[in-house]
Amino acid sequence: MIEIKNLSKTFTLHNQGGVVIPVMDAAELSVARGECVALTGASGAGKSTLMRMIYGNYLAAGGSIIVDGVDVVTAEPREILALRRDVLGYVSQFLRVVPRVPTLDVVAEPLLAVGVETEAARDRARNLLARLNIPERLWSLSPTSFSGGEQQRVNIARGFAHTYPAMLLDEPTASLDAANRETVLSLIEEAKARGSAIIGIFHDEAARDRVCDREIDVSVFTPGMAA
Amino acid sequence: MTPLLKVENISKFYGRRIGCKDVNFDLYPGEVMGIVGESGSGKSTLLNCLAGHLDPDTGEVLFEMRDGALRDTVTMSEPERRMLSRTDWAFVHQHARDGLRMNVSAGGNVGERLMAVGARHYGNIREEAVDWLGRVEISETRVDDRPTQFSGGMQQRLQIARNLVTGPRLVFMDEPTGGLDVSVQARLLDLLRGLVREMGLSAIIVTHDLAVVRLLADRLMVMKDGYVVETGLTDQVLDDPQHAYTQLLVSSVLQV
Repeated sequence: MIEIKNLSKTFTLHNQGGVVIPVMDAAELSVARGECVALTGASGAGKSTLMRMIYGNYLAAGGSIIVDGVDVVTAEPREILALRRDVLGYVSQFLRVVPRVPTLDVVAEPLLAVGVETEAARDRARNLLARLNIPERLWSLSPTSFSGGEQQRVNIARGFAHTYPAMLLDEPTASLDAANRETVLSLIEEAKARGSAIIGIFHDEAARDRVCDREIDVSVFTPGMAA
Repeated sequence: MTPLLKVENISKFYGRRIGCKDVNFDLYPGEVMGIVGESGSGKSTLLNCLAGHLDPDTGEVLFEMRDGALRDTVTMSEPERRMLSRTDWAFVHQHARDGLRMNVSAGGNVGERLMAVGARHYGNIREEAVDWLGRVEISETRVDDRPTQFSGGMQQRLQIARNLVTGPRLVFMDEPTGGLDVSVQARLLDLLRGLVREMGLSAIIVTHDLAVVRLLADRLMVMKDGYVVETGLTDQVLDDPQHAYTQLLVSSVLQV
């Protein structure tokens, strides 16, 4: 489902003397349907950078990232947007939303984008918000005014609303209480059972051991950091 | 899928000074493109060349007509272009007074554009105007008031209603949120985003506000001194800018 070959990345800081920083070289990774792979490595090893490149948020310097047949490295913006809408989900640690949109609509939006009927989309959104213990009285409010933990859970609900065939999870269980952590782990297990290919960053070792099938240490792809 | 708009080698010079040079891009149906750059970068010149307000010195602006044929809007006759700008195209100006008739009622401003495409039944026109005022969150009780009695944010929403009432396929916007309070901006952006989605509009938005494009645009074009220096997916250009100028632009934004 996700096939990464000979991927490299450099950052060129034009306004800081044109410094070129190579951050990744010859990265290889392959994730099959129904499989969950954890990215490991010290802080700064490039875990988030790799995730962002797969999502098309960072531009690769070379190599290829094939997700469901589309090479994210060379795809047109509209092809990447279509991939993100239909195939590739991304749960980041931070919620970024338009002001004024109610929480229920924020969560239902990815479903509406793929053509699910409004009521069915809202039902799924209600179900997810309830499972993640967001009180019903908050559903009609914009999440911009919520606490950090509530925003994180709204973001998770949104990320799992559509059953994406491929998912990127950046610390999905970080700073959650036991009950919500358990819900998120079940959501990941359900996604795997449906056949989603998942790549995740988990600092929570117990969570990683429970849901991940294997680990990839990204520091082997980091120039000057290889062990 | 075929592009709705194909822009080929557009250049515009003001004497020896470059307005914009060698601009090329395709815009697909439903796509929203942002053009960013500082004052004098050529973004407004380009927008005006595309919308037929300025004659480019070189190049073609090919638009897919309703019959599916691509027509060069630069060389088409003035009446044909005027017809396009009343039907399939819309232009939202930065200053609402440039896009509104200030001595005509709000309902009249919206109805006028309908009449320009042949609507004649007064009752239907008024009903449609009230419906559109509602969609841009202007109360029915204000339908007979003139835009001069409206706040800046309301005038801008009225301008949007006037533009979208005929169901255009391509909307040009020049700094649509410029000069508005941030709270008013947020409301306008939310509204625009909803309408763009709902109507499946293609749009080209010129702005110097990076937060506006992050929210509204699918893809981004960065201009400097009349040239396009970088293009790409909006979040990629903003989060991982490649060109020196874009890096400067992104890093210069004050954090709140």
